[in-house]
Amino acid sequence: MSQGISTAIKKLDHQFKTDGSIEYIADLKFDGMLYVKTLRSIKQRAFIKNINLPPIPEGYDVIDHNDIPGKNILKVIVDDNPILAKDQVNYIGEPILLVVGPKLDKVLEILEQINVIYEERAPILTIEKAEDGEVDPIYKNDNCFASYQYIKGDIQKAFNEANEIIEETFETGYQEHAYIEPQGMIGFYDEDKVTVYGSLQCPYYVKDALVQAFDCKEDKVRVVQATTGGAFGGKEDYPSLLACHAALAAYKTKKPVKLLLDRKEDMEVTTKRHPAQLVYKTALDKEGHITGMAVNIKLNGGAYAGLSSVVMQRSLICATGVYNIPNLKVEGKALATNTVPTGAFRGFGAPQSFFALEMHMEHIAKQLGMAPVDFKKQHMVTMGDKTSTNGSFRDPVLLPKMIEEVEKMSQYSQKYKAYQMQSSNKKKGIGMSVFLHGCGFTGSGERDHIKATVKLKKYFNGIVEILVSNVDMGQGLQTTLNKIVSTTLNIPIDKVIFSNPDTDRVPNSGPTVASRSLMIVGKLLERASIKLKETWIEGQKQEMTEHYQHPELIPWDEKNFQGDAYPTYSWGINVVEVAVSTLTGEIDLVGVWSVFDVGNAIDERIIRGQIEGGILQGIGYGSMEFMESQNGMIQQKSITDYIIPTAKDVVPIESKLIKNPYQDGPFGAKGAGELTLIGGAPALVTAIENAIGQSIHKTPVTPEHALEVLSNG
Amino acid sequence: MDKMIPLKINGNTKKIMVHPSKRLIDVLRDDLGLMGVKEGCGEGECGACAVLIEGKLINSCLVAVESIKNAEIYTIEGYKMTKRYAMLDECFASAGAVQCGFCTPGMILAAEALLSSNAMPTESEVRDAISGNLCRCTGYNMIVEAILMASRKGGYLW
Repeated sequence: MSQGISTAIKKLDHQFKTDGSIEYIADLKFDGMLYVKTLRSIKQRAFIKNINLPPIPEGYDVIDHNDIPGKNILKVIVDDNPILAKDQVNYIGEPILLVVGPKLDKVLEILEQINVIYEERAPILTIEKAEDGEVDPIYKNDNCFASYQYIKGDIQKAFNEANEIIEETFETGYQEHAYIEPQGMIGFYDEDKVTVYGSLQCPYYVKDALVQAFDCKEDKVRVVQATTGGAFGGKEDYPSLLACHAALAAYKTKKPVKLLLDRKEDMEVTTKRHPAQLVYKTALDKEGHITGMAVNIKLNGGAYAGLSSVVMQRSLICATGVYNIPNLKVEGKALATNTVPTGAFRGFGAPQSFFALEMHMEHIAKQLGMAPVDFKKQHMVTMGDKTSTNGSFRDPVLLPKMIEEVEKMSQYSQKYKAYQMQSSNKKKGIGMSVFLHGCGFTGSGERDHIKATVKLKKYFNGIVEILVSNVDMGQGLQTTLNKIVSTTLNIPIDKVIFSNPDTDRVPNSGPTVASRSLMIVGKLLERASIKLKETWIEGQKQEMTEHYQHPELIPWDEKNFQGDAYPTYSWGINVVEVAVSTLTGEIDLVGVWSVFDVGNAIDERIIRGQIEGGILQGIGYGSMEFMESQNGMIQQKSITDYIIPTAKDVVPIESKLIKNPYQDGPFGAKGAGELTLIGGAPALVTAIENAIGQSIHKTPVTPEHALEVLSNG
Repeated sequence: MDKMIPLKINGNTKKIMVHPSKRLIDVLRDDLGLMGVKEGCGEGECGACAVLIEGKLINSCLVAVESIKNAEIYTIEGYKMTKRYAMLDECFASAGAVQCGFCTPGMILAAEALLSSNAMPTESEVRDAISGNLCRCTGYNMIVEAILMASRKGGYLW
């Protein structure tokens, strides 16, 4: 049975999604339901001196920070983000108050008539300004949400004895999640209990936020996931804020209240991928071997801390990617600016580091007169090598075999050479990225913070229900977890049910993030299933609970970044071929090939879906997905202005999975979803470099930027 | 000022009292309860709200209801009763073309609009036909495959 688990089956939630009958948050209606909209700051940074309200008609209400029964602080990691601004605002779009009532048009009309008197303050709008200390800091004394540094080996010696030192600076931009379903919540308040339904990834994050906002007991808050129309990290932390707003409106009016963001609002105010500046400085010996690397990464965290510290950690741990660098100094800061807060996005800090690192490796190779793939191969880690943080790669590393495969599929090396000599104005190029992704939460997070619990409930009729707090947001969890349970129990898959999580019914198995749902939660379900199978009594109700057990690892020292940051890693190689017009700067995809090691696929077709969607999102990040903030305001507020790939921008993607089962993953499976995005941008941009023969240091490479590079050399 | 507007939706004729400039998407969702029509962007860019009007794929967020009175409108709720839907549904399942599902009803109708005018499209024609429907999950290729599969296996239906 376990051999066959990878064989694709029809997705269990397919039918109701295809026929349009599944209900997303916008589709839910309740009797007497009201609508709420948010009054948002139009200033980057200001004191609120006064708020002038128009006469409020009967049946309508205004909700501000005084209406919050508990703490006016959004529960994330650091207590800095007000749920509704009190006396100051820190970014354009920051929520100040809410207007609620039966007619949405009227609510919007009231909002238009509200006049906020601001006293503007000098804003901090860039990473440079955040650091230079000229303007009053937004956050603590140094404007720094998080600052870390770690060292491996003797970096001073490596630079002192270097034959050559190469230093480069890279820049990456915002990326918008652009899930097709905008965010939304419905709040209820009945008999002293707060309930929210919402489009979200992390039901217990939302629950914790509500408990803090209402200062109530845990059992007075219930969070139910509504079918979620895409998320990619964008519905990890932001829904907590929306849930507090919807719940406060319900609390004040005692009626169900719907809060939906329209696309423009969603793009202006929800979190995005952190823009980054990355400096890579590398020491080489006489043979052209890397002996040391000093890496400095700065992230723009926006106005509030959110998840920036954890994103920063991921960026830093990934700083040397798949390479074995003996001497290392890695440091980084996530800085506060008066811009929209940035947050989680598929890859969580890694896409920034991998872009810079892979470009840097490519550039060093070229400077040494070597083929980039050969230079990369010389430095790749193998099993037993130390990780960047002195942990250990304890499982087989199959990169050489994976490169061999991708070479066969794409003819990379042959094409790379051939494309170096072209004279036409439509130039072809090919590029390769090699990457990894740590599976599960960083360090001891799973053991110390999340402490996942899962439950299986068997009913009289032999139906088994999966009770976990992880959500299907399109990645296929409602099929893959069912497969794990039914295969282990050896029962038909239609005897296993898995509904959208409801915190009143499911234990906390942790958030749907960090490539942990399948590997960590799936493994717990596998264990629970084994126990249930062993104790199975026909015709009886039974319950089986399972708690997370930490594998034997080198203990993670979060302060000094030492030890095993992850129990294991997934691996990937992307090869991208492009044609670049030297006249217009336009970049057309010609071919995409990829090889991935995700352990063992729980469903090959679902993994293929993750691969294709992830790679295209990564290619979008490297090419057309341009978003900027000017004067603290996001300029691309619509999908017309912020361009994501369409069906015409992609070509068939050839992908291959290499089996490398992981002992602590269900049926050998490891994390997959985030991994698939990471390599897209560097593979694409190295291909563009191969085509035009110039070095690039910035993503995205829009046609404008390609022309700039072409004309400046 | 509201007006009585005659609409032909999913094979039924209905008269509804609405403002003539009300967006078709709102009429479908609020007045007729046809929730398979999804709103993704509200500016005709994402295609999640696409419906068939006289067999053509139109974003219902850009249409004032009065402008389509008496026209034949199909949403996924009506289309799902057809054999063509059953074929597309089966092919979308076997190609793994559905992830979060939010774009799927619009994609299915885009496929119908294509196949009803060109039962044996090329891959490039499929890409053109769905290029107005955005999907952020799949990377599109599995959707393209599904539509080509439907054309191969069930071309006779169109």
